[in-house]
Amino acid sequence: MSAARVGVVTFPGTLDDQDAARAVRHAGGEAVPLWHADPDLKGVDAVFLPGGFSYGDYLRCGAISRFAPLMEELIPAARAGLPVLGTCNGFQILCEAHLLPGALMRNAGLHYVCRDQGIRVENTATPWTSDFTEGQEIVLPIKHGEGRYVADEETLSALEARGGVVFRYIGGNPNGSLNDIAGIRNEAGNIVGLMPHPEHAIEDLTGAPSTDGRGFFSSILKKLVNL
Amino acid sequence: MARVIVDVMLKPEILDAQGQAIARALPRLGFSGVSGVRQGKRFEVELDGPADENALTEVRKMAETLLANTVIEDYRVTVES
Repeated sequence: MSAARVGVVTFPGTLDDQDAARAVRHAGGEAVPLWHADPDLKGVDAVFLPGGFSYGDYLRCGAISRFAPLMEELIPAARAGLPVLGTCNGFQILCEAHLLPGALMRNAGLHYVCRDQGIRVENTATPWTSDFTEGQEIVLPIKHGEGRYVADEETLSALEARGGVVFRYIGGNPNGSLNDIAGIRNEAGNIVGLMPHPEHAIEDLTGAPSTDGRGFFSSILKKLVNL
Repeated sequence: MARVIVDVMLKPEILDAQGQAIARALPRLGFSGVSGVRQGKRFEVELDGPADENALTEVRKMAETLLANTVIEDYRVTVES
């Protein structure tokens, strides 16, 4: 059986695509590079939207990336059920594309935060979090200036009611996110976005705070193998 | 030839962290009597033709699609005279 193929998207200004691809390979998958200007998903089984500063964060983070030729293919595929994970700038792009509700804004303290962050897993019913247990506390690096999750009251209460919050910050809210939200899912559960970086936390060697990021990649590969 | 202005502001209920920081800086610089500041964006859109109803409909579509994120922002379109 051939390895599950996870596409890793590179926009101009993306930074974390190499780590994301490495994390996919580390978990036993095949990482397929996807270029923002190619309207072609190359038949991948899942897509990882990595962090960085796509299009220089011009206008708003993710606002221009959302209209890249690749996204014109990715948006309908994600709506049809393709598993998609967006971290950091990837999360911002998913919100700008309206694949996830709400938006990400400048951190409440206006400071860029770069630190190890405690996170609680609130929902394991997604293809990216099935290898965790509900309530599990993990540690992942965060590094962002615009990670404050906001949504109007109605959207927020609907999100909470349907179990749409997948991750919450613990031990202090780093950016002023409403309800300590670190990551969310869409209604179907196939699309997940979060500010922390699982792709930077898969190996002891690189000085990561943990190897807790591995759970994301083992989750998706198990899901794809058992399809 | 016409110029259309699109002003984009955060919705009133959204915390404007940058506006607050500016408001806090003003008294330090000796400016008093300011109870609040909100920061927004202004776009000057140059049209090839006149700012007629069709053109303004197009500009509003631009604002909805790209210039504003209507999840968190409101916009206002005006024609510069």
